[in-house]
Amino acid sequence: MIKISIQQEDFDVSSEINSMSSKTIGAIATFSGIVRDSSESSSLISLTLEHYPGMSEAALEKIANAAKREWSLEAVRIIHRVGRLLPEDTIVFVGCASAHRQAAFDGCRLIMDFLKTDAPFWKSEETQDGSFWISEREKDKKASESWLLKNT
Amino acid sequence: MRILYFAWVRDNIGYSQEELSCPEHVRTINQLAEYLKLQSEGHARAFDDMSVIRAARNQQFVTHDTKLSDADEVAFFPPVTGG
Repeated sequence: MIKISIQQEDFDVSSEINSMSSKTIGAIATFSGIVRDSSESSSLISLTLEHYPGMSEAALEKIANAAKREWSLEAVRIIHRVGRLLPEDTIVFVGCASAHRQAAFDGCRLIMDFLKTDAPFWKSEETQDGSFWISEREKDKKASESWLLKNT
Repeated sequence: MRILYFAWVRDNIGYSQEELSCPEHVRTINQLAEYLKLQSEGHARAFDDMSVIRAARNQQFVTHDTKLSDADEVAFFPPVTGG
């Protein structure tokens, strides 16, 4: 089961974890991405997430499917928030459920690595000095390029 | 052709989408960007450096030499920064 949500509202992590559980699942690994103050000069007031509606859902679905195929995951849950978020808010949640822990851990890592480079979302920071679009990170590109997938 | 703009590409252009009928010689993403640069100062600013522009055709990432047709939805945006 794959479930993707792109939404403004916050959500409850523990109920998301519970919703992935079943009799055959022995491991659920999750990743939460949080708004942090990474601005160099002045402190962060808010972070605004924009996306390409339609394409962003399809892109996340494709990434979730790749992870599910790679490790036969039983359930994948991705929630990506959009709109204006404040420091310490959750931006993104990834949950992977499988029989054993390794697949669940690896699934979360793969999904986050590809989400950073293959899903049409953009962040802008509102700081004391004004608003700025965040630029891409070379490190993220290398992380997604380092995966050699069996089935793609 | 339906053209969408996101993030600072949209900020430069001043709006998020437009419908255009392109001349015959505009056949690829690159040629479309060159043509759009002539539309306004904002367009010219947005497409000044194509190395920081990414594109999608019908909601799939594509390279700048990708061929286009009039029925396509084309989007221009900076490299993605989600997650």
